Amino acid sequence: MSTTGTDPTAPPRDSGLRALLRGRSELGVCLILLVLGVLVLTDAITMDTDITQRGPIGPTTVPIVVGVLLLVVAVLLAVDVLRGGRGEAEGGEDIDLTEPGDWRTVALLAGVFLANAVLIGPLGFPISGALLFWGSAYALGSRNLTRDPLIAAVLSLVTYVVFNNLLGVPLPGGPLMGVL
Amino acid sequence: MDSLSSLIDGFGTALTPLNLLWAAIGVLLGTAIGVLPGIGPAMAVALLLPVTYGLDPTGAFIMFAGIYYGGMFGGSTTSILLNTPGESAAVVAAIEGNPMARAGRGAQALAAAACGHFAGGMIGTILLVVLAPTVASLAVDIGAPDYFAIMVLAFIAVTSVLGSSRIRGFASLLIGLTLGLVGLDQMTGQQRLTFGSLQLADGIDVVIVAVGLFAIGEALWVAAHLRRTAGESIPVGRPWLGKAELRRTWKPWLRGPLIGFPFGAIPAGGAEIPTFLSYVTEKRLSKHRDEFGRGAIEGVAGPESASSASAAGTLVSMLTLGLPTTAVAAVMLAAFQQYGIQPGPLLFEREPELVWGLIASLFVGMVLLLVLNLPLAPVWAKLLRIPRPYLYAGILFFAAVGAYAVGGEPLDLVILLIIGLIGLGMRRYGLPVLPAVIGVILGPAAEQQLRRALQISDGSVTGLVNTPFSITVYAVILVLLGWPWIKRVLSRGRAARAED
Repeated sequence: MSTTGTDPTAPPRDSGLRALLRGRSELGVCLILLVLGVLVLTDAITMDTDITQRGPIGPTTVPIVVGVLLLVVAVLLAVDVLRGGRGEAEGGEDIDLTEPGDWRTVALLAGVFLANAVLIGPLGFPISGALLFWGSAYALGSRNLTRDPLIAAVLSLVTYVVFNNLLGVPLPGGPLMGVL
Repeated sequence: MDSLSSLIDGFGTALTPLNLLWAAIGVLLGTAIGVLPGIGPAMAVALLLPVTYGLDPTGAFIMFAGIYYGGMFGGSTTSILLNTPGESAAVVAAIEGNPMARAGRGAQALAAAACGHFAGGMIGTILLVVLAPTVASLAVDIGAPDYFAIMVLAFIAVTSVLGSSRIRGFASLLIGLTLGLVGLDQMTGQQRLTFGSLQLADGIDVVIVAVGLFAIGEALWVAAHLRRTAGESIPVGRPWLGKAELRRTWKPWLRGPLIGFPFGAIPAGGAEIPTFLSYVTEKRLSKHRDEFGRGAIEGVAGPESASSASAAGTLVSMLTLGLPTTAVAAVMLAAFQQYGIQPGPLLFEREPELVWGLIASLFVGMVLLLVLNLPLAPVWAKLLRIPRPYLYAGILFFAAVGAYAVGGEPLDLVILLIIGLIGLGMRRYGLPVLPAVIGVILGPAAEQQLRRALQISDGSVTGLVNTPFSITVYAVILVLLGWPWIKRVLSRGRAARAED
């Protein structure tokens, strides 16, 4: 849903193909809700309910209600979108909605974040966390090759010590902590 | 009288050196977070949820409450100096505060806001002390049908009162309820939506959902639309107020809480509506009506006082009924669940030390905030210069730490990213985040209460409405569902007034 390449913030009076595409991209939300509803309903209906059930409603009742409501909301939202209703993109202090979405940065950040999930085991938190911070700052446009890695390393080490040693929340030390 | 002696005991808890330290950390973090763009108090508390694994509940909640109040204080600083309110509660502060700052009266605007927060917070917290035990004792006999009714109220309230589109609110709520269904059914042990995965059988931890939606979702959304040219902050000196200003501000300070507190306690969207109502009231009552829109100090003092008082009102509903009316309250409720504590009428009986320690620490926090904010405002304003790449990289970094701390599972980081991407999509398409979080936090509990109530009544639906309390709550729900019409009437009146 994040690769439509259309400008999410163009005023509604924007006409032609662009407006049509915008409408279509929000229909993706309806599709997701629809799929989610089907998923919840299928899961509920195929559930074994042989297990002795206490009380009049069992483990499937609420999922069925939620699943049906998901389908209903998906349809209602689609109707709303087709009638010209638009979800208002969220604003904020650092958000400039007049520019088109920069989805390349988002993809880069997601990649860096996934890399951290993979590396935290083998490399340990102090290294993978530093890479996460440096990588994210780089993706966001910071290019200072001495200050960025330095801040990343210090932040990561301090966080490791605070959580692991002071707060008693274990984080993997990895080979680096083995050496030190 | 009873609550007075409890409160004194509470001060005994709050004034221990360690708890004072947590209160100080809380208000410092809260102010910094309020000043910093992109981070709201809800995200801050969500990011700090992992510390609940290593901290006693009293200390943790004292810190969280400090963050909540501190965030309100700090939020107005950005509104006044930058004219870019990050939170809806601070929008009104920008209307009059920013013109004041541009006219060289930023110091007075900051002082009026800080003292307003102090007055509002103090009066609001006093009302909390007086009212909360009464509400709790009135609600003390409530059973499963009543709890279920309250939770339905929370669902309906967050979807129909907040945000601009009800249908999008409901879509968000259902996404949250679906996430809450994942895992073993609490009553039968049946696997739901686990797709055979052992890890999903434990359910998706609330911490991961809250951090994913609030922190990762927000950071990614900002990354997609990062403002390349940062707004210029107006340089400002030490906040101070002259005699003429004091004469104009003391009444708005006292009036603000009267509007803010009740609106905070009911599920009507936290500080957004009361700050606006307070602004309109001050405008009508002011002798300097012509100054409004160009920097009238009453328009800063009243709304800021109302916003802090609404935070106290929020705590009344959260502590006595377990009903979260704002995002921060929702995340604090998640923290209560982490400790296995159920907020509600019995909380005052079962955890008096925690509750009264928390309330007493609010008073302590207020004083700390006033002391910190008046002389240090120019220092806080410097925080606005932090390079944005570091700020958002830091948010991603701490989100990863928090999610990993939950269970030490790299898979949790992947789930966190997926939920973050959902949060990104929600922001892009105008789905409010709060209903989803409320759905995850309250959904499983609501289902349990529903099934318990129906077990008691042997399956008869009348078992859900057989108490005066539940009938009252359902009546309130009906009023809420009729809210768009009420609101239309209100805004028509407001528009007429604005034309005056």
